[in-house]
Amino acid sequence: MRDKIRLYIVDNFLFGESQGLEDSTSLLETGVVDSTGILEVVNFLETEFPIKIEDEELIPEHLDSINNIYNFLEGKLAAV
Amino acid sequence: MSPDAGFSPELLKIDVQRETEKITSEIRNLLRNDLKRRGIVLGLSGGIDSSVTAALSVKAIGKERVFGLEMPELHSAEETTALSSTIIRHLGIDSQRVDISPILEAAGCYRQYDEAVRRVIPGYCSGWMSKIVISSSFENEGFSVHSLVAQAPDGSITKTRLPLIPYLEIVAATNLKQRTRKMLEYYHADRLNFAVAGTPNRLEYDQGFFVKLGDGAADLKPIAHLYKSQVYQIAEYLGVPVEIRSRPPTTDTYSMPQGQDEFYFSLPYREMDLCLYAKNHGISPANLASTIGLSAEQAQRILDDIDTKRATTRYLHLRPLLMEKVPEIAY
Repeated sequence: MRDKIRLYIVDNFLFGESQGLEDSTSLLETGVVDSTGILEVVNFLETEFPIKIEDEELIPEHLDSINNIYNFLEGKLAAV
Repeated sequence: MSPDAGFSPELLKIDVQRETEKITSEIRNLLRNDLKRRGIVLGLSGGIDSSVTAALSVKAIGKERVFGLEMPELHSAEETTALSSTIIRHLGIDSQRVDISPILEAAGCYRQYDEAVRRVIPGYCSGWMSKIVISSSFENEGFSVHSLVAQAPDGSITKTRLPLIPYLEIVAATNLKQRTRKMLEYYHADRLNFAVAGTPNRLEYDQGFFVKLGDGAADLKPIAHLYKSQVYQIAEYLGVPVEIRSRPPTTDTYSMPQGQDEFYFSLPYREMDLCLYAKNHGISPANLASTIGLSAEQAQRILDDIDTKRATTRYLHLRPLLMEKVPEIAY
């Protein structure tokens, strides 16, 4: 699941070139993802996994790095 | 002296006579030396920015060399053309009014907008109104997200967060309005051998509040360096009619009235001007906060959001990018 998230980020935002992106890299601070990009990430997660992300869950702690996304997703799937 | 010393709205006061002389002189200079055009065409929305730009243009080169375009459409507010007529009469310039609804209709603007909204609100149809609003950048720690606000014929209002595809489709459809207007401005510029003036103020220019190759396109932008508060000062100095000066800033794009602070900026323009000024001059969040009545933490979020918007909208300012420099053409 972590690999799937990484693959999406690298493919969708970086055209397949990871450019040293680590799982802990802040996607916003490095400019990999902007405000429209967050919508793309949300769209990817809600399409690929049986979850719905609520407005109050749209916070950096849940979405700002591959690690954060993975941990957030794990929690959401466990609750389903 | 610390940058914080004496931070107050007074800092935005300008010498209006000197600024007007500077701008009008530079307008003539650019037309004569860089653009080599005989006059100015501009779109007139009845708002303060286009009215002041028109007034400065007339002061710079005379009313015979300024041509105004009124371009209302289906969702334009009723007062839009009343106010644009007012500035045209006041300045005595030549003008043309073109209802761009048929062009937008033909381009599928309204249909595609409605279809995008129906992805979120399936019952949306004739008789409904809507607009997009943005979550405040300082009220919470989350990302700024856009929501659709829709009003049914019975007056009931729903607000729904916009997912990716409807959001992009709504923005793409509404951007057709600004791009259509710019297309017509350049038509008249070509036939008159005039230049096109853009009308963004500093806040809009800095924060990317414009449509690429829509209202963002122009040959010159006479007030892009002025904070909006300063545009109002010049408006008063130039005698822009009071009904224009007292109209609240609006996007005048959606069927529901939409303030610029609902759609893009988190605060009304007076406060946003101070935030941008504070950002540009290293004023501390605490000092800014006490001046605009927010907490230091909220002020910091707004200052951070200024950076975020600059980064996100850099794309809008870029010229076409080449694979390899063509040094002979490097303006």
